Amino acid sequence: MLTCVSMKDFLRNAEHLVRVVLLLAIGTITFLLVRHAVIPRDFGKYGHFRPASMDDVRARPIKFAGHEACEACHADQVETKNKGKHANVGCEACHGPLARHVEDPGSVVPKLPDTAVLCVRCHEANSAKPKSFPQVVSAEHSSGLPCNTCHKPHNPKIASEK
Amino acid sequence: MEMTRREMLRKSGKFILLTGAAATAFEYVLAGKAEASPNYEITKHWWAMIIDVDKCIGCGNCVRACSEENDVPEGYFRTWIERYHVEGWDNAHPEVDSPNGGFDGFPDNHKGEKSFFIPKLCNHCADSPCTQVCPVGATFTTPDGVVLVDEKYCLGCRYCIQACPYGCRFLNPKKNTADKCTLCYHRITQGLTTACCEACPTSARVLADLKNPKDPVHEFLRTHSVQVLKPHMATGAKVFYKDLDGAVR
Amino acid sequence: MLNLIPGVEGYMYPNEIELQWSVLIVLYPYITGLVAGAFILASLERVFKVEEVKPTYRLALLTALAFMLVAPLPLQLHLGHPERSFEMYLTPHRSSAMAMFGFVYLWYLMIVLLMEIWLDYRKEIVGWAESSTGVRKWIYRILTLGSRNVSPAALRVDDKVGYFVTLIGIPSAFLLHGYVGFIFGSVKANPWWSSPLMPVVFIFSAMVSGIAAVLLLYMLTSKLRKMTIDMRCVDTIARYLLYAFIIDFSLEMLDLVHRIYEADESLRALDFMVHTKLYFSQVILQIFVGTLVPIALLGLTQVWKFAEGARKSIYAAAGLLTLVGIFAMRWNVVIGGQLFSKSFLGFTSYKMEFATREGLLPGVALMVLPFVILWVLVKLLPPWPKTA
Repeated sequence: MLTCVSMKDFLRNAEHLVRVVLLLAIGTITFLLVRHAVIPRDFGKYGHFRPASMDDVRARPIKFAGHEACEACHADQVETKNKGKHANVGCEACHGPLARHVEDPGSVVPKLPDTAVLCVRCHEANSAKPKSFPQVVSAEHSSGLPCNTCHKPHNPKIASEK
Repeated sequence: MEMTRREMLRKSGKFILLTGAAATAFEYVLAGKAEASPNYEITKHWWAMIIDVDKCIGCGNCVRACSEENDVPEGYFRTWIERYHVEGWDNAHPEVDSPNGGFDGFPDNHKGEKSFFIPKLCNHCADSPCTQVCPVGATFTTPDGVVLVDEKYCLGCRYCIQACPYGCRFLNPKKNTADKCTLCYHRITQGLTTACCEACPTSARVLADLKNPKDPVHEFLRTHSVQVLKPHMATGAKVFYKDLDGAVR
Repeated sequence: MLNLIPGVEGYMYPNEIELQWSVLIVLYPYITGLVAGAFILASLERVFKVEEVKPTYRLALLTALAFMLVAPLPLQLHLGHPERSFEMYLTPHRSSAMAMFGFVYLWYLMIVLLMEIWLDYRKEIVGWAESSTGVRKWIYRILTLGSRNVSPAALRVDDKVGYFVTLIGIPSAFLLHGYVGFIFGSVKANPWWSSPLMPVVFIFSAMVSGIAAVLLLYMLTSKLRKMTIDMRCVDTIARYLLYAFIIDFSLEMLDLVHRIYEADESLRALDFMVHTKLYFSQVILQIFVGTLVPIALLGLTQVWKFAEGARKSIYAAAGLLTLVGIFAMRWNVVIGGQLFSKSFLGFTSYKMEFATREGLLPGVALMVLPFVILWVLVKLLPPWPKTA
């Protein structure tokens, strides 16, 4: 590209370009230093991410204790439940999140759910629900009475039924 | 020497740049290390989920439980339920609805057969298109197969939300970062199951650990017909639906 | 189907109802498109030796610079955490097209635009550093970077290096705008976007919009300065505009025909969308007003000898319609891609707000800002061709 020009001549005439290159070099080095200082040491250990983020997620508070925690103290309810159709329904599926109660059973006393509102969530008749699933039109079935008038929630089978 | 306008601009530019770098750095200092369950080994797990469509009754327990467990903002959904109605043989044009994501259950639409409920959540894809597009590495797949978002790193550019074929991501308006189902990572790494599976009364949703030889998922997969959503996208989705109807989008 | 959500028809996944990318994300490719297109016009003269367009050479470069400086702003306004945008420089994720933004932007701004402008103006800058006073004197002095060597040998070096910079500037311009096309084109989840043609369509529509912008700016500034318009120049620019347009239109039609012919599962939903929600912006604005009419106008000037005044009016009209049409194209890609559900069963609406961070007002301000910057640049580095 450049015809025969001596190095000295070239540098004299391209001196402004050398300044540009110098500026860019300084910028690049500064950038690399900042980068090295700021990126967490272990970034990229498991993939292109910050491993500490997994710990951030794991540190989130737990609201649902899980049925195993309930079973430790409420074995009698569990026994009743295991005999009936609600055997596989988790405790908190009806009683709501109770991790705080597990942590401090004495002072955090959960309120019993209202069966008039609770049970229809699953058992109200709906044409989209599987046909085999027990469902009723609550207005006709109980004429407005709450479900625990006749059914015990833990084992809903009415004793007189065969 | 008096400052020229251009010099001022250059100095301000440098200041802004370094402040930005410092702000980023400060967030790392604050991030720290949270307390981790000491017995959990990441490489010994590969998380997935089984959804038995025939068992879902659309009660909405899962949506409510997830919302409660994970502080999901109202109007956004880490998990939701869709109700499908297929009229006659017209598999290609189902009628679908999801009133408030199924949060309050479903009022009867009296459409009759064939209708069913499909719970949906992040599929925690093994070849996830959403992690592929993140410009900075703020969303990623953990070694145990869970796709997470780094809240402290996410720019909120929303590219991952665009790239997800399943619509499971959203921008959290409180945090201004991308958000989605974490498979209750904070629970499953401590031996608990996900909030949605815990709350499901019919065991329609069951957490699965594909690397655990004792997990019932292996027997389940051997004996049932399962599908994933949008298999043609080859995302490596790990939420397996038993008896998924072809009408499901 | 009972649907109580305002603006939604049919079924959308619950998280899809709200659009993710707003009018600001429409603006970003529009702005970088203008940058790339203006630069390509400048390179016509510098690299391809199309002498006729020389009068617009410097103006095209300054236009590119003005828009380039504004380009990151819509993105920053859009981000949930703009203060974290520096992370793209710290830990760019190599599999993400978006991650290259920071580097491509810096490369293009510094190595291509600033270098080329600086090299071309250096002789005058050194002169102005001596002859001007006050603040301007200091600005020029800084711009000289301390070097006052404007000997013929030094200027020859500048010329050679400038040529080289423009040469690599051309693929750099393609990269600057093409990667945006790839950002959309590589999203397999979205059938409106996913296409290998997307980067190519973006590049050609960028060229069209950039050339039209410089054409209009040249004609406008000449009129304001009461200088005669070099007709040979604008005739040539208009010709290149026509060529670029024909290629651009062909590509877009190819995409359309291919889509309709293959008729995959997305077609019904997309077709419905184009006929309803996107009808005005796609069919009327983009295709008819923004492409067919300008092509017809420009085509006419090639087959019929119009008088000078008539030609100027035609070029101005074609240029304006082009700019509107290319904006509509960006709108249709970005917004259109989010109006339909990925379930292909429903549609939502874009509720553009006015005075919020991502509303119409900042959008308009961002489009006005480059012209303000251009005005400053033109005052500082006058691009006008020297009169004989």
